[in-house]
Amino acid sequence: MTFDWMPDTLWFSVLLKVFYALMMIGAVMTMAGYSVLAERKVSAWMQGRVGPNRTVLPFVESIPFFGPFLKGLGIFQPLADGLKFLFKEEIVPGHVNKFYYYLAPLVALVPALTTMTVLPFGQIYWEDGSVTTLALADLEVGILFVFAVSSLGVYGIALAGWSSNNKYSFLGGIRSSAQMISYELAMGLSLLPVFLWVAAPGVSSSGLSISGIANAQEGAAWLFIVQPLSALIFLIALFAETNRLPFDMPESETDLVGGFHTEYGSFKFGIFFVAEYAHIVIGSALFTLLFLGGWHFLPFMNDPWPENWIGSLIGVGWFLCKTIFLIFFFIWIRWTLPRFRYDQVMHLGWTKLLPIALANLIVYIVIVTILDGSF
Amino acid sequence: MAKTIVLERKPLSFSERTYLPQIATGLKTTFSNMFKPKVTLQYPEEKPHIPNNYRGVPTLVKDPNGREKCVSCQLCEFVCPPKAIRITPGSVPEDQEQREHVEKAPQEFEINMLRCIYCGYCQEVCPEEAIFLQDQYSSSGYSREEMINNKQKLYELGGTLPDRHYKWDKKKQAEVHGNTH
Amino acid sequence: MISPSKEDLVTITLNGVEVEVPNGINAVEAAALHGKEVPHYCYHPKLSVAGNCRMCLVEMGTPMRDRSTGEAILEDDGSPKIGWVPKPVIGCATNVSAGMHLRTESDLVTECREGIMEFLLVNHPLDCPICDQAGECRLQEFATDYGRGFSRYIERKNVKPKRTRLGPRVTLDDERCILCSRCIRFSQEVAKDDVLGFVDRGSFSTLTCFPGKELSNNYSLNTVDICPVGALTSTDFRFKMRVWFLKETKSICTESSTGCNTIISSREGVIQRITPRRNDLVNDTWMTDSGREIYKLVKAENRILRPSVDGKDLPLSEGISSAVRILKDRKVGVVASCKSTLEEQFLTKLVIDATNAQVYIRGHFGEDDGILLSADRTPNLRGALINGLTDSYPEDHLNGLNEALASGELESLFVIDEDLLASGVDQENLKDVDIVFLGTHSHATSNMARVVLPSFTVFEKEGSFINKSFIVQAFEQAIPGPVGLSSQVEILSQIINHLRVDSDPLDAKLDGVWKSMGEVLPDLMGDCDFRSLVKAPFQIDGSKWSHLDFVEKNALNFESVKGVQV
Repeated sequence: MTFDWMPDTLWFSVLLKVFYALMMIGAVMTMAGYSVLAERKVSAWMQGRVGPNRTVLPFVESIPFFGPFLKGLGIFQPLADGLKFLFKEEIVPGHVNKFYYYLAPLVALVPALTTMTVLPFGQIYWEDGSVTTLALADLEVGILFVFAVSSLGVYGIALAGWSSNNKYSFLGGIRSSAQMISYELAMGLSLLPVFLWVAAPGVSSSGLSISGIANAQEGAAWLFIVQPLSALIFLIALFAETNRLPFDMPESETDLVGGFHTEYGSFKFGIFFVAEYAHIVIGSALFTLLFLGGWHFLPFMNDPWPENWIGSLIGVGWFLCKTIFLIFFFIWIRWTLPRFRYDQVMHLGWTKLLPIALANLIVYIVIVTILDGSF
Repeated sequence: MAKTIVLERKPLSFSERTYLPQIATGLKTTFSNMFKPKVTLQYPEEKPHIPNNYRGVPTLVKDPNGREKCVSCQLCEFVCPPKAIRITPGSVPEDQEQREHVEKAPQEFEINMLRCIYCGYCQEVCPEEAIFLQDQYSSSGYSREEMINNKQKLYELGGTLPDRHYKWDKKKQAEVHGNTH
Repeated sequence: MISPSKEDLVTITLNGVEVEVPNGINAVEAAALHGKEVPHYCYHPKLSVAGNCRMCLVEMGTPMRDRSTGEAILEDDGSPKIGWVPKPVIGCATNVSAGMHLRTESDLVTECREGIMEFLLVNHPLDCPICDQAGECRLQEFATDYGRGFSRYIERKNVKPKRTRLGPRVTLDDERCILCSRCIRFSQEVAKDDVLGFVDRGSFSTLTCFPGKELSNNYSLNTVDICPVGALTSTDFRFKMRVWFLKETKSICTESSTGCNTIISSREGVIQRITPRRNDLVNDTWMTDSGREIYKLVKAENRILRPSVDGKDLPLSEGISSAVRILKDRKVGVVASCKSTLEEQFLTKLVIDATNAQVYIRGHFGEDDGILLSADRTPNLRGALINGLTDSYPEDHLNGLNEALASGELESLFVIDEDLLASGVDQENLKDVDIVFLGTHSHATSNMARVVLPSFTVFEKEGSFINKSFIVQAFEQAIPGPVGLSSQVEILSQIINHLRVDSDPLDAKLDGVWKSMGEVLPDLMGDCDFRSLVKAPFQIDGSKWSHLDFVEKNALNFESVKGVQV
């Protein structure tokens, strides 16, 4: 986006992009950090506990009423957690393959952060009536980019498992790769009907643009209403891709100690941790965009907010609300369902989800063909 | 052998086989849990209720007359599974009026709280009812030496317990009532 | 135990089983021979029978005979009819004879024991938590084995003096005394110092010393040992340590050539007390009070704890090499010791042979008390004879050494344990001689030594002594020695190995030393090894030295026929 006062030079536009990117990173990382807090809080509440409620900044505590309230919510806990990861002693076991051992956390984090470049999170209404999607790069093939890049995250895990030179880590890495391959297919297949639906004749936007799909749901049925099965399969595959319970095969702390990160500690472990939650944030955002209407109000309703900067802000907020609900849903599921056994994961992926996704695709091909009348 | 009846498992319905209704029920349960009262005890501010039979830090107690009850029989030292107790026996001088008829008392009594496993055998074995595992449960220190409770510390922790054991008083009475020979 | 000859055995019927026992022993011993315990307090196998505790009540009977005809009266089934004595008899004063019937497990006997235990416990203070006897207390043992198990006594108990001083080493707790009179009989019969007796009657009865006397003889602590309860306690050991913590080690008393068998009781490397061990050929069940004090040498102030060369503390290995430098290829005199063990003396002899040394040895002599403290105050003088350290009987001085030093015959001296300056050697004469001292405690001579090699006391090593009856007795290690030190056997072996570089190195283990000893002294040692000696001491033939003028007088289990003993 550009404003009148901005100089039209190459340097400036590069600088601007960097600024935006940093803002985006800041937002996603903050959300990842607070997802950790949410995880701890929600799990505590579901288990009848209170969760972290001790961390507070000294000056905040002295604010009457508000300070203790924030303290009780544990708002400053991610700060303490992050600092702890930073300042802990770096222990590198003697038997690891040093280069890959150091490389693995980065390989895990970078794809998680890269996918967010194409995530749209709202739109700006200009005075001349034109609309710009808010995203670092609103690619026409956004969804393909997301799939391509996010799948790279598994390399970090596999690499960590292999370089740790430890049987638990190794098994964790292996399981992670197997799981990723198994669910990638179902995930891709479950999305094809969505694109078929959106890219029907007469719809202007490209079928593979994420913002296009989000906008296609404005004032119409959200896609999870139209294609509940696709949504369900995508959601399940999303859990598997983000290594969340009930699919946390790479970690499986009950049988693999810590899985792929058994040998990791301090900040390197922290990076894995952040990467996992960044995946969750981005996965939630993606699901919101694809199936929950993105930044648009409710199904079958036009956005009630005005088409100006206020409307933009409300749209972004509304998008965030949906994403946060989905993050909560991730946590909620984690503390509800036990973990699958490894063979059950494989069974579910290959013999259940994949055939259903295929069938789902065929059914929607037929339906869309009939609806479009193009047979 | 007991008779075994094999029960046929009821076949699952379609909805059951998708597991989705069950997952929904589970989600409902966990969600409703979020609003139930919390059971967490805010520890340093709130202290747990300690039942009477709690086995806390072992302590030495004095009788209501302020006399130390331990006679350093060393049975606790003997019975202590982790060998945490170390007693140096000592004798009580005859001329102490307060401690008439008391002949033996520990010169030093050490319990190494790094070794203690809070099994309560010492309390159980004590013939003089002098050692009790009372309600203290938190002990900490900066060095190993600090974690060894000496006699003075043990009596500080123990205080006085009302007891049913008046051996020396009985003896005093017998002496007064003409059983002296 | 001395096994009686076959002729002396008689057949008695013990609890309905016919068994053979030596004729004339009492019922308590007879039952014990066949695994039946008859509880007793006042009876002691080495003292006269008093029969006043009544604990050993048993049923006794003999086959009935017709008075007129003398024929055996039979039961209906043809077995001989037994005439049981209507009331139980005390086992300690009942000597067995052929055909006697004894019952030690009948209902009557059980009831009797319960009754006696109840009486004994009526006024017993139940001091067990503070009583030093607890754990080895007959009253405790029999109360659990034969007692009723509960008390019917609700009245007030008697209060008696709890810390009466009977003598310098014995304290009496009157409340615990069960009036068995063992201590009185011991004083009369063994110690021959009649100072104890009972006064007053009934529950007022009290053990006391006769007016103006006290229990101060050198055997007073034996009364503590034989006291079946905790009435007599050792003032030294009183309230020191509960007996169940003590590790017991078999040892030999080094006080005199009697070689009393002892038990060293220690806990965690600290000796708490020494008590006698029964050996009917040597010390019965007694030992001297002075012998019980010897353990204090372990922590004595003048104990040498570090090897030194020319006054500088050095590791033992350097001390040994310095010693070898002093001893090798010089005119050497060796002062051997009658206090060394047999093995150490054997190795000393090897040092002498390797250095072609002159050997000097000194005896230590004192008063003979005719019981267990013999005139020869060294434990192993006969070992020195056997090992060939001397042919003549050692004298109580080292005048010969003094003369040799005065004439300048010697350049260096190897002194084992002996204080030369206290043995008639002039300090002047020692000035030009290099002294290597091997011993445990410092004295004037060790202070003059160039090389001091500290070593172990008898409690910290193992070995053997030959006592005045030529009985070879082994002792075991009771406590670990001080850090950084080695046993005399180890040090001597190393010195020998350094001196004899051509020969095979010695085996510094006692088994190895005994093997070499067997080779050198085949007629005396035979093929005995150290491990079997620990289990069973043996006597060697001392007739070879019968011409020597041994100083020991007649004493307990010892008859001073010149040369040949027992």
